[in-house]
Amino acid sequence: MSENLAVELENVSFAYTKENVLEKVNLQISQGDFASIVGPNAGGKTTLLMLLLGLLKPCTGKVKVLGKSPKKVRLRIGYMPQHIRLDLHFPITVMEIVLMGRLGKSLGVRYSKKDIKAALSALLQVNLVNFKDSLFIELSGGQMQRVLIARALCCNPDILMLDEPTSNIDAENEEALFEILKQLNKTMTILMVSHDIGFVSQFVKSVICVNRKVVVHPTSQVNGTLIKNIYGGDIRMVRHDHICSEKGHYND
Amino acid sequence: MIEFVQAIFNPDNQFLRLAAIIGILASLSFGIVGTYVVTRRISYLAGAISHCVFGGIGASLYLQQKTGILWIKPMYGAVISALIAAIVIGFVSLHVKEREDTVIGALWAIGMAAGILFIDRTAGYFDMASYLFGDILLISYSDITLVACLDILVVFISLFFYNKLIAVCFDHEFARLRGINVDFYFIVLLCMTALTVVLLIRIVGIVMVIALLTIPSAIAGQFSKRLWQMMLFSTLFCMVFSCFGLAFSYKYRFSTGPSIIIIAGFSYLAVLIGSNLLKKFKK
Repeated sequence: MSENLAVELENVSFAYTKENVLEKVNLQISQGDFASIVGPNAGGKTTLLMLLLGLLKPCTGKVKVLGKSPKKVRLRIGYMPQHIRLDLHFPITVMEIVLMGRLGKSLGVRYSKKDIKAALSALLQVNLVNFKDSLFIELSGGQMQRVLIARALCCNPDILMLDEPTSNIDAENEEALFEILKQLNKTMTILMVSHDIGFVSQFVKSVICVNRKVVVHPTSQVNGTLIKNIYGGDIRMVRHDHICSEKGHYND
Repeated sequence: MIEFVQAIFNPDNQFLRLAAIIGILASLSFGIVGTYVVTRRISYLAGAISHCVFGGIGASLYLQQKTGILWIKPMYGAVISALIAAIVIGFVSLHVKEREDTVIGALWAIGMAAGILFIDRTAGYFDMASYLFGDILLISYSDITLVACLDILVVFISLFFYNKLIAVCFDHEFARLRGINVDFYFIVLLCMTALTVVLLIRIVGIVMVIALLTIPSAIAGQFSKRLWQMMLFSTLFCMVFSCFGLAFSYKYRFSTGPSIIIIAGFSYLAVLIGSNLLKKFKK
């Protein structure tokens, strides 16, 4: 169990009821990686993320994050949920949401100047400082998602875990979002669930395919202008058409 | 209204004065806790808690008579049963994944039924309606002390844990990942709801108290931009509704509790219709 690994899963199976959602999953993600979890709906993507966050416990096998159990390293993980899963009518400002990232490190009765400074610098990284006093509900989908990234950054994490950051936002905002993630990837490991099965951003370094079983794919460059036109940006294609070994395979 | 203010200061109307004081004092807790209940969407749980209180009231009346201990008053039974109900219902909500609502519905009914069975076994005449629908004639000076103490407790807890409660209500998953004991704060929230519900049972009764907890906050939520604003406005609304309801019932000789609820309920509907029309008009 090395500290160099951001995430390590050993023979992990998980079932909500009787049937396994994930079966004998072995997975290693090194630190500094930018990994995207893809797969069909109900294939177990979100379950995998919940296991990594420690919000679910595996039925069998071991989950290690940064060499320890997920619960122990919780404060070193920055988590970003999908904005549509939140109550958008909740009367709350952008700043108040981002400050939640500071909870857990202090008593949290009152936020200190240091907390506010950290929140502002997180908002700066996602280009939303001007919106700090805006209401959450007044933002666009893409902006909401960026606020939730800022909140995750405010935790000062070693790993950023994102749940479908690009769902419900348009292509233009998606590009801006990936630009931000690319910058962040210089200092932290990024792990995200993606709703697109076939295509992922060009910044993604490895792809984890989840459909009950888990297989790691490399990403290979696609130059097709057609795809570029459809998606409005550069993307990489994942090869799904062949069978991989358990350990995954590498670009040759 | 002037007539009502004069009536309040009339030395003969002590009951009216007490009711007004309790209504105003309790509004503070109602505004704050009601806001948490509405935003966390647990008014159904709050309803179950308030109905379970009837079991406690029945039990304390029964015990008072059987043991002859006079200090076992219905209000103490109400406080204790409300807290027990809050903890039990909280655990059900957290751990029963299947048919959670049915289980809570069952607890709701068991609480009520237990209260009535206890009262059946208690000799003498007891007016159930006064607890179910409120009766301001039952209020005494000792109630004011109780209401004031619970008020201070509820306000202190909800303001002290404001940041954590806001995180738990807005996004409990994230709060849990920040190392906050989400389940604990959820139970704390339900216990505060329990204490708050007890505050006004004398005036509006078990059946309707839940409406006074949620309606002011729901109205405030229509235009509040921050959670503390919502708390402030709902406190004000709650005060206004209780005072107007009291005045209305005094003037036209209606029951107080239902008068308060009717005023609050119609105000809520009016605000909802008004804001919808406004949205259409803007388009």
